[in-house]
Amino acid sequence: MSEQVIDLKKRRFLTQATSVVGAVGVGFVAMPFLSTWNPSARAKAAGAPIEVNISKLEPGQLVRVLWRKKPVWIFRRDKTTIANLTGLKNLLTDPDSANSSQQPEYTKNLYRSINPDVAVIVGVCTHLGCSPTYRPELGAADLGGDTWKGGFYCPCHGSKFDLAGRVYKGAPAPTNLVIPPYRFMSDSVIKIGISPKEHEIKPIFKSNKLT
Amino acid sequence: MKKTLTTASVLAGLIISFAVTANSNGIHLDHSNADINDQKSLQNGAQLFMDYCSGCHSISLMRYNRIGEDLNIPAADVRKNLIFGDGKIGDRITSSLSKKGAEAWFGTTPPDLSLVSRSKGGDWIYTYLRSFYADKSRPFGVNNSVLKNASMPDALWDLKQRKSSAEFDNDVKDIVNFLNYVSEPARLVRVDLGYKVLGFLLVLLILSYLLKKEYWKDVKYGKWKAKS
Amino acid sequence: MDNNKNWIDQRFPLTKVWNEHLAEYYTPRNFNFWYFFGSLAILMLVMQIVTGIFLAMHFKPDAATAFASVEYIMRDVSWGWLIRYLHSTGASAFFIVIYLHMYRGLLYGSYKSPRELIWILGMVLYIALMAEAFMGYVLPWGQMSYWGAQVIISLFGSVPYIGHDLLIWILGDYAVGDPALNRFFSLHVIALPLILAVLVFLHIVALHTVGSNNPDGVEIKSNKDKDGIPKDGIPFHPYYSVKDIVGVVVFLMLFSAVVFFAPTLNGYFLESANFVEANPLKTPDHIAPLWYLTPFYSVLRAIPPMFGSQFPGVIGMFSALLILLALPWLDRSKVKSIRYRSAPYKYALGIFVLSFVYLGYLGMQPVTPTNALLARIFTATYFGFFILMPWFTSIGKTKQVPERVTGK
Repeated sequence: MSEQVIDLKKRRFLTQATSVVGAVGVGFVAMPFLSTWNPSARAKAAGAPIEVNISKLEPGQLVRVLWRKKPVWIFRRDKTTIANLTGLKNLLTDPDSANSSQQPEYTKNLYRSINPDVAVIVGVCTHLGCSPTYRPELGAADLGGDTWKGGFYCPCHGSKFDLAGRVYKGAPAPTNLVIPPYRFMSDSVIKIGISPKEHEIKPIFKSNKLT
Repeated sequence: MKKTLTTASVLAGLIISFAVTANSNGIHLDHSNADINDQKSLQNGAQLFMDYCSGCHSISLMRYNRIGEDLNIPAADVRKNLIFGDGKIGDRITSSLSKKGAEAWFGTTPPDLSLVSRSKGGDWIYTYLRSFYADKSRPFGVNNSVLKNASMPDALWDLKQRKSSAEFDNDVKDIVNFLNYVSEPARLVRVDLGYKVLGFLLVLLILSYLLKKEYWKDVKYGKWKAKS
Repeated sequence: MDNNKNWIDQRFPLTKVWNEHLAEYYTPRNFNFWYFFGSLAILMLVMQIVTGIFLAMHFKPDAATAFASVEYIMRDVSWGWLIRYLHSTGASAFFIVIYLHMYRGLLYGSYKSPRELIWILGMVLYIALMAEAFMGYVLPWGQMSYWGAQVIISLFGSVPYIGHDLLIWILGDYAVGDPALNRFFSLHVIALPLILAVLVFLHIVALHTVGSNNPDGVEIKSNKDKDGIPKDGIPFHPYYSVKDIVGVVVFLMLFSAVVFFAPTLNGYFLESANFVEANPLKTPDHIAPLWYLTPFYSVLRAIPPMFGSQFPGVIGMFSALLILLALPWLDRSKVKSIRYRSAPYKYALGIFVLSFVYLGYLGMQPVTPTNALLARIFTATYFGFFILMPWFTSIGKTKQVPERVTGK
């Protein structure tokens, strides 16, 4: 017999076909292995929405709760604090919360909250994940003196945020702090991890016009 | 070649005969004929388990929401019909019976049933639940012919009174079906996936066999060449 | 070969290794069914390592949480059940492959000169693999894990003089418990896999130094053409790589059938008693090691206590393993392959295989007087195969071995 017996075309086709199907198989096998890294049912159950009672929260007072293993700050803002949020516009990177991945649509307003007096913010710096410290005192000398209207200071790399979690210009953190989805179950109970029903969202908070 | 084939078949025969003779320990067990693909049966079994068994027995390796997702029960119905007390949907299913109370009442803690179907077998549970008989000498007035001097009362007594014998057997089958599922929730997807995997491998087998045949033409015709 | 100009080849012998071990590694052209199991064993090693890596990410080597963490893998971890079944089925499949691979060695005399070292490395691999499997079986911390560990480790307690202290040292406690589980985990996931990997490497290096045997037991290297290439040899790649792919796919089909349709294989691959968490207060009604260890377990039980000690049984069990190492020197036959062996050898091999399989079966059964007697008889025939081998391999008429390999 001679070389003519060998059909190189057929051989190449079969090699490629087997390789492609084999590679698809390897892909299918890899999928279950990689997906074992996803949050397990246990992690998901532990990450379920949590309820926080805020009836005893005084103005200026901040409580930290853990939701999905991250600190969430809940604090009450008094009238002065709320008023001060307006005047910071020029000092902030994103004063109008234009970056929509940092908060749910219903908190895209000046206060970055559902009710102006109650702030709910994920306490994780958007720079590299440290948890900033609460510095509510007005005019703190180490944080810019008179221009400091209270806010958060990240000890890791010095990022500064106001009391609505908006980042100051010049900070290493690129974006505002994240607002988690949350819902008022009653006047005194907040549930973190779920959004309010559509009819509960006050029309005024649906726009960014409020100042 | 003939010899090796003979040896191989003798070995295979031995292994199969061992497999058949294994797992027999005297007590006759009825077959439950539970069908894990019967969703209605599983749903009924889940409800019956929660109503009649979960007061004392936990299935603590199982979560409420998993049952809802797997058995196609909406979350609202799971909350309403399956969760007693203040359990959350993602919680594990544990009985509210305290250890101390249980020991005072039954003399022992009712076992967790998450894996009972894997350790005892579905047919064992099926036969056991249907084998209670009156026995005045026992604390609850009943004994069991599968598990001598069982410390469990005849929990399904009420069900047995209300239903015909066929209906009762069917309900017990559903409970067994549910426990079979609870012992291995992956069973619901495992077999179907198996057919797909085998189908895929069959395609690969055909291709790789043709590939092998093609290359081995060289050997057949003595025409292989060393690459150099 | 212009490839030498290749950047990598100037720094690492890539082309050289590729050629020496694949493209220009000459393999007898007459390999049959039995020659699939070498590559399948490598496949199983890789499978066990990869699935093991992912299981170790979720498993907790802690007596209080180990059992629950396995069920956590089976239920809460996405696709965890598949990885676990691949690993548990893989353990048994690995042994099936290894036993068939070893049986191939017996059939065709692959252990005979010049391949004694390959056989010895292989046997050490086999023993290491048994240790690996045993420790792995302890990890799920079910009743069989616990009591199996208790029984096997107790064997060390029968060593004269130092037994008691040795036992306590191995356990790090007064009975099997958290320290044992934790150290077995470490050995199972780090120490033994490293040893296995090194041994597999040495096994293959030794094989590629002398070249493969074949069903005819003919040395292909003694018949070379003018280019110095064995006349009956074909390059491993592509011929045996494409052939082994077919073997791998067929194997994977059988393997998948077990994983997806019968992962416990009626209690042979995963025992039902192991779905109950370890309870130091209650031994299961019937305890036996997993099937791949039972032949040796049978030998252990067959030898009665002597001088008030279980030690002779332990010696017997380990001898049954270690005597396999002497095989290359016990076999006096001039031919390698069963095809040309004398009748006495064929009968002896048949009896040996029967003894081994039956010992394995008996090791899973409860001890009854009949079973005990059978176990003793088969233990005797098992050892008889080795002890009498120098005799029965030198009698009888062997067939003429051909010059060249035959077609099939």
